[in-house]
Amino acid sequence: MSDLQRPGADWELQFVIAGCAEKRLPIEIIGSGSKRAIGRPVDGTVTITTASLRGISLYEPNELVMSARAGTPLSQIEAELAARGQMLPFEPIDLGPATGGPQGAQTIGAVFATNMSGARRVQYGAARDHLLGVKGVNGRAELFQVGGRVMKNVTGYDVARGLAGSWGTLAVMTEVTFKVIPWPETAATVIYLGLPDNLAVELLSAAMALPVEISGAVHLQAGVAARLNHPGLKSMNKSVTALRLENFSAAVAGRKHRLKEALKVYGKALELDHRETLEFWSELRRLSVMPNRQTLLWRISTKATTAPKLVAAIKRYMPAEAFYDWAGSLVWLEVPTAADAGTAEIRRVTAIHGGHAMLIRAEPSVRAAVEVFQPLSPPLEKLTRGLKAAFDPAGILNPGRMYANV
Amino acid sequence: MTLSRMPEPDRAVLDRSEAIIKDLEALIGADGVISAEDGRRAFEADALTAYRQPPLAVVLPRSTEDVSKILKYCRQSDLKVVPRGAGTSLCGGALPTADAIVIGTSRMNRVLDTDFINRTITVECGITNLAITDAVSAEGFFYAPDPSSQLACTVGGNLAMNSGGAHCLKYGVTTNNVLGLKIVLMDGEVVEIGGPYLDSEGYDFLALIVGSEGQFGIVTETTLKILPKAETARPVMLGFSSCEAAGQCVAAIIGSGIIPVAIEYMDKPAIAVAEAYAKAGYPLDVEALLIVEVEGFEDETARLMRDIVDIARGFDPQVIEASSSPEHSARIWKGRKAAFGAMGRISDYYCMDGTIPLARLPEVLSRIAQICAEHRLKVANVFHAGDGNLHPLILYDANNEDEARRAEIAGAEILKLCVAVGGCLTGEHGVGIEKRDLMEVQFSPSDLAVQMRIKSVFDPHWLLNPGKVFPLSALATAAEHPAASEAA
Repeated sequence: MSDLQRPGADWELQFVIAGCAEKRLPIEIIGSGSKRAIGRPVDGTVTITTASLRGISLYEPNELVMSARAGTPLSQIEAELAARGQMLPFEPIDLGPATGGPQGAQTIGAVFATNMSGARRVQYGAARDHLLGVKGVNGRAELFQVGGRVMKNVTGYDVARGLAGSWGTLAVMTEVTFKVIPWPETAATVIYLGLPDNLAVELLSAAMALPVEISGAVHLQAGVAARLNHPGLKSMNKSVTALRLENFSAAVAGRKHRLKEALKVYGKALELDHRETLEFWSELRRLSVMPNRQTLLWRISTKATTAPKLVAAIKRYMPAEAFYDWAGSLVWLEVPTAADAGTAEIRRVTAIHGGHAMLIRAEPSVRAAVEVFQPLSPPLEKLTRGLKAAFDPAGILNPGRMYANV
Repeated sequence: MTLSRMPEPDRAVLDRSEAIIKDLEALIGADGVISAEDGRRAFEADALTAYRQPPLAVVLPRSTEDVSKILKYCRQSDLKVVPRGAGTSLCGGALPTADAIVIGTSRMNRVLDTDFINRTITVECGITNLAITDAVSAEGFFYAPDPSSQLACTVGGNLAMNSGGAHCLKYGVTTNNVLGLKIVLMDGEVVEIGGPYLDSEGYDFLALIVGSEGQFGIVTETTLKILPKAETARPVMLGFSSCEAAGQCVAAIIGSGIIPVAIEYMDKPAIAVAEAYAKAGYPLDVEALLIVEVEGFEDETARLMRDIVDIARGFDPQVIEASSSPEHSARIWKGRKAAFGAMGRISDYYCMDGTIPLARLPEVLSRIAQICAEHRLKVANVFHAGDGNLHPLILYDANNEDEARRAEIAGAEILKLCVAVGGCLTGEHGVGIEKRDLMEVQFSPSDLAVQMRIKSVFDPHWLLNPGKVFPLSALATAAEHPAASEAA
């Protein structure tokens, strides 16, 4: 067990990092630790948790903006927002249940540090799109702030957004400022059953091209749909293709009608009402259809139109079950365990079809041995090393978390 | 206006200008190089016209390979480079130095791929913003960011400045609509980042490059999101007897859960000028006018407009005029869209671009009026109220040196005010040379060091778009400080 530090103030964090920088001690950075089972394992002499950097420092519902200390639990943020009829626009996904970690434990800092977005991303953008400002401490123990609290801000480089998805390898965020949106008055889901992957993705793309503002567009292969909680949908033994509409009631009703008219060649549609819609999408948000078991889980980002071909190509090498999110352009793929986590085949197929793949669930020994994140092209790798050195020249912040030796 | 000094040109470079021009001609052909004085004069300024400086030469590449060859040569010859799209920058972002090579992207303006199923378009960066929407509108799509210069400005310039526009309240700014790009670094290396996928791999270099004001490299191609057009969009015009009432109305609309596509604000002086020019039917006796636009299907926009009018009634509006037809909508927008041009017909103006938290609007507007009065200047306000992005237009006479100087000083005071209330120096125009020396108002030395080290990662010798973004004093410190070049 490494030395656990819980700084309660920015200066304490600076102090700890300065000490480690001087001695070149590697630091593992965590929020609640719920994502420790994802990415490459870090062998830290010191562990820093942001858990004591906690609290909402600013919330202006009329300006759609909130600031919170990085260690504030996401659940607290969402409760505060819900009390004022608002929410995070990007529906951050909770990978806890799928990776053997706790559910609902993640911190707001970790949400942005890993750029975790859920189904609503197709309409509203990713976590990084809503990140307005960051305060943090880099590997030089410098406290800095970038961005701000206003919606439009091009003052200097967009470093706040640049820190999103850096997995704590560039800086430890101490406070994040982000944009929020109002909860829609109502929501509904339109579902088509039994479509093969290629037709389902065609349907999702057709729906996204309509001006009805689809806020969730997913396809679950039959085996995956059988793991849903919804009693009707799980027992159908058919694939489930679902589209979410959110708006004021009359608009949802009108748009649902237009959507079904436009998609009627795909068969008869089922509908989920407001309550069922909330349940269905909250299941997907916890990725409960990809439960933690002795299998591997991959996350593949590609063009929607190539996604079914990519999945079919991987299936030639190994059994695989797919859950397509983001209108088909994000594939959660479950495959059996293998010594190299299927890396050789999956990366080769992804390279042929275009896109990138990340290994989400595997034993620590596997994640330490294979490339977990998409390997970088040589020029991108050079920039990556340069950026790492600019923030953390001693290489002490989450070393090896994303790439070996970075 | 001469407050912002540019770095002194390198005499040694000027002395070998003939040889440099010959080399450039050999690289991409004589027809791609402009070296005659009258030709270079056309590139001496952008839309911040108070600053002018012809460059050493202008090159107009036709391809990524051309750009790569030119940059590699410039790096080897230690030449400064100023990238340029259409030259519509309002902050001097494309202002040359006498010893710099301007690389203009105007010849690289092709649409490379439209993919309506995956809803993306890939273009060369010299294409105009509006031409992107034109390329996809027949299929019912549009490209969302809509800076008011969209007829002329290039998407390359939009990427460099992370441009916004009136409709970004709903659709976000450039960075929210970019999926991938091809960038040529100063050493000639071509790097592809992201692609036609929603998330890019690894560090978010897209976020860093978009808004880097041409200081990281030259982006030659980009893949953008395109969105389905709403069936209809309708504005409603609301006139108020005070800016407080208008500001509170904006907050109440957003707080109610409605996100309009645009909320535009004009004050009395702006209304008068816009109305005189465009005959849009604006009320001349109100202190503040809001144009609130909603979109959706016909029945939805009717309902949303009713809701907005109901909210507005709580703030005692003097005028409520909801658009009843497409012609009516066009008339309401005509005055707002013409406001800057109309203002330019009656006076020179200096357009500011600070952003503030919306709740501070009334006090900021009254402070702006005070600041301008103290400097014996008139001011008109036309801006994007939904996101707090102010555009005070300070009126002055460019031929009166003292007045021009006072305008620049008043402008700086206004921007400091924006920062003091929790906002920022620039919401969508960029820092360029204009706000360069105010950066220390918003950022501490370590904040600036964090940014400057990223610049060094991409351009270790600081050859790209020199003299912009950072105060010259901070640059001098950085040059002495080994940390800034360490990453190289």
